[in-house]
Amino acid sequence: MSEIIQPASADDVVETLNWGLERKTTFEVMGRGSKLGLGHAVDAEYVLDLSKLSGVDFYQPEELVLSASPATPMDEIKALLSTNRQQLAFEPPDLSAHLGKKPDAGTLGGVLACDLAGPRRIKMGSARDHFLGFDAVSGRAEIFKSGGRVMKNVSGFDLSKLMAGSLGTLAVMTRVIVKTMPVAEKTRTVLIGFKSGETKAGIQCLMDALGSPHDVSGAAFVPEKLTKRCSVELVKNAGCGVAALRIEGPPSSVEFRCRAIRESCPDAVFVEELHSVNSGKFWQEVRDVTMLNPEFYGADTNQMLWRISVPPSGAAAVAGRISEKISGDVFHDWGGGLLWLKCPCDDTGNADAADWLRAVVNDVKGHATLMSAPETVKQSVPVFHPAAAPMARLAKNIRNAFDPEGLLNPGRMGT
Amino acid sequence: MLMPKPDKAVIDRRDRIIADLVAMLGGDNVLKDEDELRVYECDGLMMYRQLPMVVVLPETTAQVSDILKYCTENSIKVVPRGAGTGLSGGALPLADGVTLGLGKFNKIIDIDFDNRAVVAGPGVTNLDLTKAVEDRGFYYAPDPSSQIACTIGGNVAENSGGVHCLKYGLTTNNILGVEMVMMDGEIVTLGGKALDQAGYDLLGVITGSEGLLGVITEVTVRILRTPEKAQALLLGFDSTEAAGDCVTKTIAQGIIPGGMEMMDTFAIEAAEDFVHAGYPMDAKALLIVELDGPEVEVAELTDKVKAIAESCGATSVRISENEEQRLKFWSGRKAAFPAVGRLSPDYLCMDGTIPRGRLGEVLGKISEMSDHFGLRVANVFHAGDGNLHPLILYDANIEGEAEKAEQFGSDILKLCVAVGGVLTGEHGVGIEKRDLMGEMFSDDDMKQQQRLKCAFDGKQLLNPGKVYPTLHRCAELGRVHVHHGKTRFPDLPRF
Repeated sequence: MSEIIQPASADDVVETLNWGLERKTTFEVMGRGSKLGLGHAVDAEYVLDLSKLSGVDFYQPEELVLSASPATPMDEIKALLSTNRQQLAFEPPDLSAHLGKKPDAGTLGGVLACDLAGPRRIKMGSARDHFLGFDAVSGRAEIFKSGGRVMKNVSGFDLSKLMAGSLGTLAVMTRVIVKTMPVAEKTRTVLIGFKSGETKAGIQCLMDALGSPHDVSGAAFVPEKLTKRCSVELVKNAGCGVAALRIEGPPSSVEFRCRAIRESCPDAVFVEELHSVNSGKFWQEVRDVTMLNPEFYGADTNQMLWRISVPPSGAAAVAGRISEKISGDVFHDWGGGLLWLKCPCDDTGNADAADWLRAVVNDVKGHATLMSAPETVKQSVPVFHPAAAPMARLAKNIRNAFDPEGLLNPGRMGT
Repeated sequence: MLMPKPDKAVIDRRDRIIADLVAMLGGDNVLKDEDELRVYECDGLMMYRQLPMVVVLPETTAQVSDILKYCTENSIKVVPRGAGTGLSGGALPLADGVTLGLGKFNKIIDIDFDNRAVVAGPGVTNLDLTKAVEDRGFYYAPDPSSQIACTIGGNVAENSGGVHCLKYGLTTNNILGVEMVMMDGEIVTLGGKALDQAGYDLLGVITGSEGLLGVITEVTVRILRTPEKAQALLLGFDSTEAAGDCVTKTIAQGIIPGGMEMMDTFAIEAAEDFVHAGYPMDAKALLIVELDGPEVEVAELTDKVKAIAESCGATSVRISENEEQRLKFWSGRKAAFPAVGRLSPDYLCMDGTIPRGRLGEVLGKISEMSDHFGLRVANVFHAGDGNLHPLILYDANIEGEAEKAEQFGSDILKLCVAVGGVLTGEHGVGIEKRDLMGEMFSDDDMKQQQRLKCAFDGKQLLNPGKVYPTLHRCAELGRVHVHHGKTRFPDLPRF
């Protein structure tokens, strides 16, 4: 177990990292540790525990902006925003069940550092699209900032984008500023049934709906087998694959759009509607990937969870090829383009299957991330989609620009 | 404006360089005579002009790659250029530099409705993207005022906005991928048609990088379905505070309008004289609020916004009754820059962003500055997102007035930063705001950004002299400085 260091201010972080540079040591950076399972294991001498850098600096709902220390718990952020009927519109998922952690334990900084986004990604973008600015300490032990507290800002390079999804490999954030958005007055979900084996038709239905003027804010396809794991009765008892389309907005508009979508699917096996509470439940289960939770696989812990991102038009083909080769479970979010795949692996690491999967995904210009797997597997399978040589060089140059000595989270994103 | 000192050795080799470029691209794609070069001497920031050493107009990605490789090998600076509509001088040529125009990359390559994506050359205009898909009911959301002329490549370089940003985002939120050539000639693809990419978000950091990191040769944009209906409210107020209050209350009620624009008295008068949009001439502030979506939603929200406006003391409320009238309401706002320009031989368009709550204070101070400098100013404001465009009127033929206007502009931007805002909301830093970067960023902030540039362009040949006031060598920036013996680390809690 590495020694834990707990800075309480940005200056503490500077001094710690400066000391680290002097000592040529390494740090595993963490907020509350809820996402430590993402990426490769970090072999660092110390843990840099940021949990004391917590608390909201300011929140101005009328200006849609919130500034907080990075380790502010997401619970706290969510509770605060809900008092003003606002939210982080990118719907940060809670993947704790897959990462072997306690639920609802994440921090705002962690969500941003992992650039996680839920079903509303198709309409509102990802964490990176809501990340306005930050203060940080680089691996050079220097304080720097980027962005600001306003929505529109092109002053200098947009380093917030780079920090989002960098998994703490570039710098230690000490303050973050995000955009907040109103919660819709009303939410409904139209469920459209498709006979089993009709993934292609189901995804086409999602793509058509996203190309309609009905402003869909969630578009998922759940095959029949997985519907049975859903806690919402209408889905659980569907008896067929279900395409789900979420509609949000003022009540009159939601009713109108739901009706229009229902009328556009005369050939469906069934068409149903979820109201607010069940909609909330269903999309939370899609968001957190609960239909592939370990509990459904019992004692068999030799399982991998893959997150596969492809253009929606290529999604059905990828799902088809996977089902021919791998015995696993798949469902689709993001209009079809995000595939969640749970499949078995063997103790040796199953690298061949991973290479095969990535080749299939490459054919449609997508990428696949290994979100969870036994540690032995992660030792032989790259968690992140291998980059082409020039891109890998660029990524290395960027890391060197921020953390030339490799102080922060060494190995987290692979070599 | 101090630019990097021209490299005499490069200028001395001009004939040789031109001959090499002609051999590479053919004579038609290389411009070298003064009358041809004159066209490229400035962009939309006409205050600064410089003839480029040579202009190249490649037609293929391979040619761009060849040019950049050649320039790297021969240590020649390169300035990329789209349509040259940029307002911050990002495409200002260098006397010892090659200006690389992307105008010939003007084809739409792929329209993909299933993935709601369009792939286009960087020289395709912003408006042509929408025109290519509008027959099927789609559009490309970011709409800078220059959308007839500005190109998508330039939009990516500047992270352009427009009046719909609050609801639909900036360029960075609406593109899916780019093909880019690095300064060493390497061709890379960032993103594609999937919603996200593996590894660091290079697409995000390229967007708005003002031609300092790479040359974009293809862009994949996300298209959206055109809303069923759009309706505009024209709201007059007797103070900018009341108008600002209306904006705040609208957002506080959870309404995010498609567009929300404010104009002050001077801007209202100028626009009305120019296009006769029917603006209330007695108003001290005018707000245009556009709501879009399904017809029922627009009707519901229009009623709500009308009620909010009335509760904020609106002196006049008009609601567009048809598309023609909606466009009429907008015509004055869209023509505000030329309308103000008509009243003066020259004008300077500023572009700061402020926290919206500070609007009244900022406008008050701008008015004081206007008296101080003896120069008139009109204000138009993207009210939803706090992006302020003061238009400073001056006459360049009057000795010293241009300098005074610049000083006024720079004081406004300093004010924006002082109230918690930023130097530029959507026009970019370029050369215009380069020397003000220190108002917003510390030396360490800027050095860290420049290290990112070094990661892409180690010889710093791509668009040098823009954005950052001081050039540092990459080797110098790369050094790690350990502050020995200054730590109090052992005092920190350890477990």
